[in-house]
Amino acid sequence: MAVLIYAESENNLLKKSAFELASYGRAVADKKECDLIAVVFNLSDPSSLSEYGVNKVISYEDPTLSAFKAHEYGVHLVSTAKEINVDLVVLSSSADAKYLAPILSVALMAGYASNVVALPESYAPLTVKRTCYSNKAFNTTILKNEINIIGLSNNAFGAHKKSTPLSVKSGEISPSSGSLQIEKVEKVTGKVTIADADIVISGGRGLKGPENWHLIEDLADVLGAATACSKPVSDMGWRPHSEHVGQTGKPVATNLYIAVGVSGAIQHLAGINASKVKVVINNDPEAPFFKAADYGVVGDAFEVVPALIEKLKKFQNS
Amino acid sequence: MKILVCISNVPDTTSKINFIEGDTQFDRNGIQFIINPNDEFGLTRAIWFQQKQGAEVSVVSVGNASCEPTLRKCLAIGADRAFRVDLEPTDGFQVAQQLQAHCQNENYDLIIAGRESIDYNGSMVPGMLSALLGSSFVTNCVALEITENKAQASREIDGGIETVSCDLPLVIGAQKGLVEEKDLIIPNMRGIMQARQKPLEVIPPTTTETRSEVIHYEKPAPRGEVKLVDANNLDQLIDLLQNEAKVI
Repeated sequence: MAVLIYAESENNLLKKSAFELASYGRAVADKKECDLIAVVFNLSDPSSLSEYGVNKVISYEDPTLSAFKAHEYGVHLVSTAKEINVDLVVLSSSADAKYLAPILSVALMAGYASNVVALPESYAPLTVKRTCYSNKAFNTTILKNEINIIGLSNNAFGAHKKSTPLSVKSGEISPSSGSLQIEKVEKVTGKVTIADADIVISGGRGLKGPENWHLIEDLADVLGAATACSKPVSDMGWRPHSEHVGQTGKPVATNLYIAVGVSGAIQHLAGINASKVKVVINNDPEAPFFKAADYGVVGDAFEVVPALIEKLKKFQNS
Repeated sequence: MKILVCISNVPDTTSKINFIEGDTQFDRNGIQFIINPNDEFGLTRAIWFQQKQGAEVSVVSVGNASCEPTLRKCLAIGADRAFRVDLEPTDGFQVAQQLQAHCQNENYDLIIAGRESIDYNGSMVPGMLSALLGSSFVTNCVALEITENKAQASREIDGGIETVSCDLPLVIGAQKGLVEEKDLIIPNMRGIMQARQKPLEVIPPTTTETRSEVIHYEKPAPRGEVKLVDANNLDQLIDLLQNEAKVI
């Protein structure tokens, strides 16, 4: 029996989600009284995982594994899982992890539940709570196989320090197979992504045009936040699709979500529902978002946002 | 080129969600069902390949007779034929196995399924199907070109876009961006009339296993009232975010 996590890294640095997974995995491993093993790829120093409860790392290092490839990474995770008798795999909700999970599920003959929001309610049978109906509801799901996979929702559990002695072992590299070749990767650098952000600032039609987006970007800069937008804004081409959050766009599960000039259609609210604290700034007091938010400001975004930026700068300098 | 688009029949995005039978069943009462939006982006791209590259487009659903209006809509949009695997599924692996059985008889070059359905949100069917078939797989797909036996596909990654090339057969997890919202096809009267004549074949299910079981549903706890802050008193908002919500 063992719990396995795939600790994601980028540019030789562990991602934030790796520490959340480690914390979740440690809590589960304590209950099951078993090891918590992390698999890392091309990461020179995995030692910080021991601060979050990982007691064993299997490290795969090879030029063929320098970029994430679902098939290749999957082959190595499967061989680790089989070798050390893993019965539970915990993955994040990143784009890569969601790509990987169903492939692992078939290879390991494992049950799989995505979007899990809490520790298992029971271990025999393994019972988890997850979101469904695009965050409009939860369901309780039993995973029935000998090996199972949990996909943990971002920010659902948080990272909690717990020092554990760590051993690191190199994993054996399997030859690369499959026809898939990465041709190019276009990445916005120096910007916080929606997936990694603690705070997301979102703009809607109330901003009147793409030329006014500096308001959203400036507010995001002050708070170290990612930027997002509502569906009409991406449909009109004011902002790229990748920023669209909502039922058919990206789900957002962040600590603080600030919506500026977003009315709050049911599809938008579903997509951001998992966020912990919601703030709405809108000049229409009847906007549905006010019914879904924790804090609200009724006012003109073009006056409120610059004023808020000034006040936040003062607050941060004080 | 033979294309299959896997269709999930889901509640309309504006639906209010309720449960019955002691919170163990979804309440279908008064709910409009639609093509799962992620599947519809995929279907629209498939129709593009049909019109520009002469592809044959089939659609398939795993479900009982209640999903037939949605399949007819796919035919009205332009799909050439439809299949319904006659089984009301209870988990994603079961769906993937049923689709695998169908695909093994048909030799599709390209199989498209939405990256996730907007009801179960499992994000598993296209990936599991690719693994069961041993095909290439790209999910969160936002661009797709096919030439000869090669595909070039782009997928949305956290903070960017990655473009890959691979061999056919290929399974795609479709999403918004694969086609623009404005390119979605609204069936016209001619399409609707033609759809009535197109084949919709009901296939008996094969024996499959389930790996999960939903035992209970619940809705999020109702929220408290919003706290309104005066637009001229934003210090109060900062104070609330710092000291009450503890998020900045």
